[in-house]
Amino acid sequence: MDHWQNFSRRDFIKISSLFLAGSAAMSGSAGQAFSRLGQSGSGENGDRIVHSFCEHCFWRCGIAAHVRDGKVYKITGSEHHPLSQGKLCPRGTGGIGLLYDPDRLRHPLIRETKGGKQYYRKASWDEATGVVAEKLYGIHEKYGPGAIAMLHHGFGVSFFKQMFSQIGVNKFSKPSFDLCCGPARQASVLTYGYPSGTPEGFDMKNSKYMIFFGTHFGENMHNTAVQEISDGIRRGAKIVVFDPRFSTIAGKAEHWLPIKPGTDIAMMQGLMHVLISENLYDRSFVQQHTVGFGELWDSVRKMTPEKVAEITEIPAEAIRTVAREFAFNAPAALVHSGRRTNWYGDALQRIRAIHILNALVGNFKMPGGVIDYEKFSLKKPPAGHAHPPYERDVYSRYPFFAQDEPSNSIASHEVIQQAISGEIKALMVYGVNLPETMTLGRKTAIEALQKVDFMVAVDVLPAEVTGYADVVLPECTYLERYDALDAGRKYRTPFVALRQPAVEPMYDSKPGNQIAKMITDKWGIHGAFPATVEEGLDKTLRLNGSSLEEIKKTGVIVRPESDLYRKAGQPLNLKTPSGKIELASSLLRKAGFDAVPHYTPQPEAPEGYYRMLTGRKPMLTFGRTANNRFLGDVATAKENEVWVNAETAARHSLKNEEYVHLKNQAGVVSEFPVKVKVTQRIRPDAVFMVHGFGHTAAKMTWAYKRGASHNQLISRTDIDPAIGSVGFQNNFVTFIKEA
Amino acid sequence: MVIDTRVCVGCSACVYACKSENAVPEGYCRDWVVQETKGNFPNLSMENRSERCQHCENAPCVTYCPTRASHYAEDGTVQINRSLCTGCKACLAACPYDARFVHPDGFADKCSLCHHRIEQGLKTACVSVCPTGSLNLVDFNDPDEEAQKLMAGKVVYRQKEHSGTGPSLFWISASNKPGA
Repeated sequence: MDHWQNFSRRDFIKISSLFLAGSAAMSGSAGQAFSRLGQSGSGENGDRIVHSFCEHCFWRCGIAAHVRDGKVYKITGSEHHPLSQGKLCPRGTGGIGLLYDPDRLRHPLIRETKGGKQYYRKASWDEATGVVAEKLYGIHEKYGPGAIAMLHHGFGVSFFKQMFSQIGVNKFSKPSFDLCCGPARQASVLTYGYPSGTPEGFDMKNSKYMIFFGTHFGENMHNTAVQEISDGIRRGAKIVVFDPRFSTIAGKAEHWLPIKPGTDIAMMQGLMHVLISENLYDRSFVQQHTVGFGELWDSVRKMTPEKVAEITEIPAEAIRTVAREFAFNAPAALVHSGRRTNWYGDALQRIRAIHILNALVGNFKMPGGVIDYEKFSLKKPPAGHAHPPYERDVYSRYPFFAQDEPSNSIASHEVIQQAISGEIKALMVYGVNLPETMTLGRKTAIEALQKVDFMVAVDVLPAEVTGYADVVLPECTYLERYDALDAGRKYRTPFVALRQPAVEPMYDSKPGNQIAKMITDKWGIHGAFPATVEEGLDKTLRLNGSSLEEIKKTGVIVRPESDLYRKAGQPLNLKTPSGKIELASSLLRKAGFDAVPHYTPQPEAPEGYYRMLTGRKPMLTFGRTANNRFLGDVATAKENEVWVNAETAARHSLKNEEYVHLKNQAGVVSEFPVKVKVTQRIRPDAVFMVHGFGHTAAKMTWAYKRGASHNQLISRTDIDPAIGSVGFQNNFVTFIKEA
Repeated sequence: MVIDTRVCVGCSACVYACKSENAVPEGYCRDWVVQETKGNFPNLSMENRSERCQHCENAPCVTYCPTRASHYAEDGTVQINRSLCTGCKACLAACPYDARFVHPDGFADKCSLCHHRIEQGLKTACVSVCPTGSLNLVDFNDPDEEAQKLMAGKVVYRQKEHSGTGPSLFWISASNKPGA
């Protein structure tokens, strides 16, 4: 990586000569000027109530932790936080199950070899962070900063980014981009000129007609989105769901259309065809505010409802009906882009097609349509050091990978491949349970973890990934620590939220902000972090007319709702090359890709095999809740099932609630058996199983051997050539009955 | 309570909120979620329900309790006096809604409609947490306009009304058409 040339090597050696000299200066006592624990007055029974935000999923709702006798005994939704509005999903309430998980990592661990056998021994923080500092330093010296990478998932990572920026390491990967929301983010950039965020910019509260393609609202409990959809239903909004499975949201739909999996782009083209050929689209909007209409029409001209019906197995008349109703209700009508948008290798184009549908009916910045929320413009104190240009380097070789996200400069599968090829020698893994994360499947992930010279895991639980680490650093949970302010997100009412500790860290765990500071201190680099995390937060908040003491009371600062809707006659001035909504993307064309989306068929299942689809249970977020006994203590949460259509079940003589092993097209057999759910709620050519079960780490005593691992059965991935996202729905399974 | 099944997604937030609010022991719950699907592929319908004690006007559990542990409180809810309960399970057998269980400490237990919260002017834990607003607390002793509006013009039913229990949970059916 040539950016390294710009970094002064001499300076660095000077710094490094101080290596380890920092140990004595480290561990300054935290926050004397501030009360260490969160406080915001007393609650119902004289409890202490601490307003903070959740970490069980990326929605990061506001919570109120109720503390009695030094223990968090319940968590409720914060009434002050705009994303929770007093409400919570099960996982929010379930924070106590993580905090008091008996399997939590309790001490720093260091890998040792004795008599040819490897084991972990307990270590002090001083020793463990010393080893991490030394190993990272050594690899940095020998191979340069490009040989170190960090995979991360979770809000607490900011301190480790700051730590790495001190030594010029910025190869950071956020697997959630590749596996979840990347296509939605980048399709929005290409079409509207800005990335989509969390919550996604859809005015569901005011919509009359909402179309979902395989988006499982209700099973994925995105709190505010579910609240808005419910408001919509109460107001009489109609819902349309295209999904091979009768999901919970399909159960609320006026039209559930069990589309053949993998044919969604064809359906979207069919809808475009009807909108255009029947002259239902918003002609003046399209003329004024979009480019590429002619090219779009050429691409969908032949996608008649009859042709699309053959591909998607949805009747032509239903396609016409949906297109007509969509146009009739526009602009208060929308097609939602969904959240986990990586299905196949053409994910970016699929989400582009969704945005094109929205643009055709002119719902952009209209009540009930597509909207762009506003960010809280948080003033920040000047950075500790000037940000050299290389900090914005992107290492991904995919042309439309995020270019403007410093925390995400390379795809997770590229990190894995570079680890296997030897380019990456050291990995820090923050909150990513790599062997159970869909990136190229379990086998490849383990190969990468075993190949690198040094791996350090920062985690709360002894997840599979921690077993491959040389050093394990136990972070305390989000209920025991401060983190950075949550201020980077757009919403109706722009906000800043505080994470503050409800209780002291348990065992010998530490907050990320202290861990990162300890390692940086051991490099001999001082002043990278404020003396205490509280001091840093207070400084920033004071720049914004508040203070730490002030924000602690409610956990948020909220600005009034901004005007989200466009005014007639005003140009959109978007940050696309044309300044308009790009129906045909000039950037895609320039890079040699299709400028408008085209349907391409996906491979069919081998005889006797079924396409493996996945999703969630509402009380579980994959790995983060897998070992949560509190959340597991409801019958429907205890294990995952494989959903099999009754006809398919009969073909394989499967009985309801029978346990089977699954075998995929590459011959991989599930480690553990899984319960069969015989149902009418899925197409006969597909099966469904929730991700995040079938854990093999015996130290996660609750999660161990519960259900089967969806991840283990991924042998094929389809990487989107434009953005590098990972599709994995071209995996097929069959059943092996118990002997 | 008026429960709007049109919006309920069966997420079980109510179940977990109740468990932590009322320190319900592991392995038990005072409310639970039923997801009922009818029909055959692809003609299906679904109703999600958050179920609990129906706080009946004519409650069999009260009638059959030999020790008067199960009783009507002043506000009309059905409550259990733990110190009088012998754990004989007569109420468990009598309840047509299967709303009760024997607490590991030996007494019958069930939804109290969070009477300790209602006394403080708060809503029940399940109503407070519900992200969809499916659960609505209504004082049937003094139903306000809003409660009437909730049910007006919609298909509303009560469960096992024929058993003469006079259940005080009203269900807005998921079969209501959009805009009902």
